[in-house]
Amino acid sequence: MKFGVVVFPGSNCDADVKHVIGEVMGQPVDFIWHQSTSLQGYDCIVLPGGFSYGDYLRTGAIARFSPVMQAVEGFAKRGGLVLGICNGFQILLEAGLLPGAMQPNHVLQFRCMETYLKVENNQTPFTNACAPGQVIKVPIAHGAGNYYADPATLAALEDGQQIVFRYCDRDGEVTPAANPNGSLGNIAGIINREGNVLGMMPHPERCAEEILGGIDGRLIFSSILKAWSGCGGCACGKSCGCREERSVKS
Amino acid sequence: MYLAKVFITLKPGVLDPQGSAVEKALQALDFAGVQEVRIGKYMEVRLAASDRRQAEADVQEMCRRLLANPVIENYRFELVEVSA
Repeated sequence: MKFGVVVFPGSNCDADVKHVIGEVMGQPVDFIWHQSTSLQGYDCIVLPGGFSYGDYLRTGAIARFSPVMQAVEGFAKRGGLVLGICNGFQILLEAGLLPGAMQPNHVLQFRCMETYLKVENNQTPFTNACAPGQVIKVPIAHGAGNYYADPATLAALEDGQQIVFRYCDRDGEVTPAANPNGSLGNIAGIINREGNVLGMMPHPERCAEEILGGIDGRLIFSSILKAWSGCGGCACGKSCGCREERSVKS
Repeated sequence: MYLAKVFITLKPGVLDPQGSAVEKALQALDFAGVQEVRIGKYMEVRLAASDRRQAEADVQEMCRRLLANPVIENYRFELVEVSA
């Protein structure tokens, strides 16, 4: 399975993501410069964290018009797997590949800390290695992770089980105190209706090795590999979001 | 040559963390009458266009595509003709 990690001017988690995919997961992975216009040959594209274009105007607002983003839109429409982490999530929102918008954290502080996430939907290509409702520990580092969507959009996300991660406490309780940024409904990550584009504020690439204090983030990458290789070994049968299942749907 | 004065404001109902911090600061300064503060953005865009109608259409498109995020923001602008 071949991965591409997009590099925008101001990306700063690109090397971490590439390291995890290449060295920890043992998969082929390339950097893709934001001026690229083709994503041919790639199976999964990651938009990494950082401060693309200095977060000028709004987070992700300018990166969204990079040449590569047109290619990412086409890639996503064809069913390719797209993972946006932190700034990558913000870019996906600005590009309209995911619904809603990001606002500055309600605490008006940059938040760099460990968070607990409740896996609300484990039947996606990005979470199929997690147990239903599993609580994972993944760090955040952002100033604008305060997710907003209008009530109709939020209801549609709830109905479609598109809310994949919520901030929770250590015991899995989704409480206001566990919400680090003021996100509506403690939302930490959402997926598109088609189930192939995921955005999440927490950084799974920062917790994929024991030496970094945790390996829960590896679940996201192993889920992607599992989805790619088909339902084999997948506990949920035909609902793991694997490529066979997606081709049946489309 | 035209000068567009663009005002980007948060939609009603969208929480404004910065605005409420400033609101509290004003109240702390004893401006007891302060009811609410909402923070937006102001931009000036100088542009060449064949006529006013074209300039308006251009700025409209700029706001729609980049300057404002329609999910959380509204925009309006004023257009004045300026010497090149």
